[in-house]
Amino acid sequence: MTALDTPPAAGAASPSRGGSRLRNVLKARETGILLALLAFLAVTTAINPRFVFSTDGFRDLFLTPSILVVLAVGQAMVIITRNVDLSVGSILGLTAYLAGRLFLDTGLPILVVVLVAVLAGAVLGLVNGLLVAFARVPALVITLGTLYVYRGIYLQWAGSDRINASDIPDGLLSFGTSSLLGIPQLAIVSFVVLALAAYWMRTSRGGRELYAIGSDPAAATLYGLKDKQRILTAFAASGALAGLAGILYVSRYGTISSGVGLGIELEAVGAAVIGGVAIFGGSGTVVGAAIGAYLLTSIDRGLPILGIPDFWQRAVVGLLILGAIVLDKVLAERQHTKLLAERHRS
Amino acid sequence: MPTTPGSTVPALRLAEVTKSFGSVVALRSGSLAVDAGSIHALVGENGAGKSTMVKIIAGLYRRDGGTVEFQGQEVDFRSTAEAKAAGIAVIYQEPTLFPDLSVTENLFMGRQPTNRWGRIDRRAMRAEAEAIFTRLGVDIDPDRPADGLSIADQQIIEIAKALSLDARVLVMDEPTAALSGNEVDRLMTVARTLRDAGCAVVFISHRFDEVFDLCDTITVMRDGAYVSTDAVADVTVDEIVRRLVGREVSDLYPKQHAEIGEVLLEVTGLTQPGLFTDIDLTVRAGEIVGLAGLVGAGRSEVAQAVFGVDPYAAGEVRVAGERVPPRDPVTAMDLGLALVPEDRRRHGLVLDAPIGRNITLATRGRLSRGGLLTSRRENATAKEWAARLEVKAAAMDTLAGTLSGGNQQKVVLAKWLSTAPKVLIIDEPTRGIDVGTKSEVHRLLSSLAADGMGILMISSELPEVLGMADRVVVLCEGRKTAELSRAEATPESVMTAATSTATGAGSGPGSTEMEHAS
Repeated sequence: MTALDTPPAAGAASPSRGGSRLRNVLKARETGILLALLAFLAVTTAINPRFVFSTDGFRDLFLTPSILVVLAVGQAMVIITRNVDLSVGSILGLTAYLAGRLFLDTGLPILVVVLVAVLAGAVLGLVNGLLVAFARVPALVITLGTLYVYRGIYLQWAGSDRINASDIPDGLLSFGTSSLLGIPQLAIVSFVVLALAAYWMRTSRGGRELYAIGSDPAAATLYGLKDKQRILTAFAASGALAGLAGILYVSRYGTISSGVGLGIELEAVGAAVIGGVAIFGGSGTVVGAAIGAYLLTSIDRGLPILGIPDFWQRAVVGLLILGAIVLDKVLAERQHTKLLAERHRS
Repeated sequence: MPTTPGSTVPALRLAEVTKSFGSVVALRSGSLAVDAGSIHALVGENGAGKSTMVKIIAGLYRRDGGTVEFQGQEVDFRSTAEAKAAGIAVIYQEPTLFPDLSVTENLFMGRQPTNRWGRIDRRAMRAEAEAIFTRLGVDIDPDRPADGLSIADQQIIEIAKALSLDARVLVMDEPTAALSGNEVDRLMTVARTLRDAGCAVVFISHRFDEVFDLCDTITVMRDGAYVSTDAVADVTVDEIVRRLVGREVSDLYPKQHAEIGEVLLEVTGLTQPGLFTDIDLTVRAGEIVGLAGLVGAGRSEVAQAVFGVDPYAAGEVRVAGERVPPRDPVTAMDLGLALVPEDRRRHGLVLDAPIGRNITLATRGRLSRGGLLTSRRENATAKEWAARLEVKAAAMDTLAGTLSGGNQQKVVLAKWLSTAPKVLIIDEPTRGIDVGTKSEVHRLLSSLAADGMGILMISSELPEVLGMADRVVVLCEGRKTAELSRAEATPESVMTAATSTATGAGSGPGSTEMEHAS
């Protein structure tokens, strides 16, 4: 699903629709990042074929990014509205621990626990949304605050407690390690989330309004859009997805200590930005963010194979983020000047 | 619905509507009654309360008092969405579009056609966009992003929005301010079509030829209050002007005689692709040069480039013979340039800082001793300037953001005058300033010129340009289309040049000799 929302159809007066569509696909920001991902995979595989062509390698290719993909999708929805959600790592940790406690202390069926965790995430996200929409304080500050608040609640609640794999139902653990037709189940979950989010962002009024609000908040008010409600939706969605990611974490690792999800919010923001979601809102897609998540995790896994020392990995990720932002800025400027110049010629 | 055909209930009626923002009264008593099938002109000076009234009609502001009736029924819109749903479309002075989204999405945002599963029907949306553009007879690609559209095209999109809404009342807030001749014709045709279809149109404009050409009824506002309503056929332009100014126009612009000296500012071949091309202009000592043109003609962009805030690709700027490097406002200031920006709240002031600190912002280096700057020294200097410009404020530690527009402008002027500039560039000197303070600002500019300063004044208000300038340079779409002496500059000659698309209209360089009419 290449959800090309408002592709930069610059010279758009094209005679053939089909031709312009193909050009749009090629020009889309997502295509570039996808090519970068494929190139990286190709190089790494050429050096060590086991990276992709072993059973473990192939499984990890899809399994490792699945949690980050879910977070990046939520993050993209928030960033598109010209906001940011830094609290998702804490929400992930808190909901993972909540799920663990429910398994440990109650006999609730797995599905109910999953629903409770997702709902709890949504509520925590809603708190973010309410603060951002009504307190008129930038989301960066608000969610930095809730990052610490949620983490604090988690630490207070869990203490030095630790939930072990033996406390988690086998059904959930085996879900985290099994595959369907060679694709890990967790990855399938992330694909479903991605597909639903991409479809909603593209075809619903709500989704389009997220873009509008991020593109020009003042214009959104003049248009009479329900901007507060939409921002609440975006944050609640991001929280709910963080809750789901918490469950995926439990399913994959089984062990829940107080450090769960520490720092992953920055990876989610990084994935979205690398995937072409403009940090100032209004453009980019959740698909791009997901590809960004794949690129980030693949690099994490691949750099040791390329013989690049561990401690350089973070620097490489940082360079990628900087590169993506600079590229975005340059492309946007060029596009803007081009459109202006066109207007003056005509 | 009491609107049977032929009924005498106005489509939209406002009576004694009031609105204040804090202590500032924006609308004292706004009244207006617009019939269906009529084009109703609303005229008044800037700051007369027209835009506030428009925003109340649009549901953006809520009124403090008075009544608003839509098709005979009292309404109180709480949001623009409610007003829209009722059938009121508003085209704002400055179009507000989503730059990242396509033209089609901009047209339908918030009310996109959906299929039976509630999904947006893109095909239907695009088809309707194309149908509307065909009906309007314009050629805009519905798939292109709104970013980079000319103001005229953005206006067309606003009108297309109103059309697709099937509005019963259409308010146009200075829609023609930025349009050229045939674009205005196109807009007026559309307005007439809407009127004939039974729509009530409110048309706000400063151009009386358009008003008298297009409208059937005219309402005048002054200082936030209703003045009069007449059939257009019953009044003359002079009569209307007298009413909206409230006094004779001749004493508005106190222009002093000044000796014209040597060239202080010399701009040659200034070019920045997409914004302005090959701009030449000179400002001499003692001279006020008006830079006229429509909104979006590139006037402010030229000023910003000259001062070094924005880059330029080619050309040269000299102050008193010395070259001003591009993109270096600090050197520009040192060489004697000063720029009073258009948007004083955003670019001219630190709103959260006291007046004293604002006034000394540009001279801090000179005022500090050993790297330290005391409030006492700051306030002493600031007080002197505030007194000279008659800034009305309780004390030097009053926050700049709490002042009225006129006093804020004086603070910005004080800041720049304290740097003792040779050339003062001033962008929209009296925008959003009440009538009394306006003439104070004009008197000040005039006396500065008389003292030998060169002044480049950008203004969208034609009377201001004609009343103050010794020479008028007109830009249109980023090109200089005319340079007129004070004697040659008439409303007609300036507007012709401002709307001619660089075909060499207006007078050529041969007519740039300075003649003094005052």
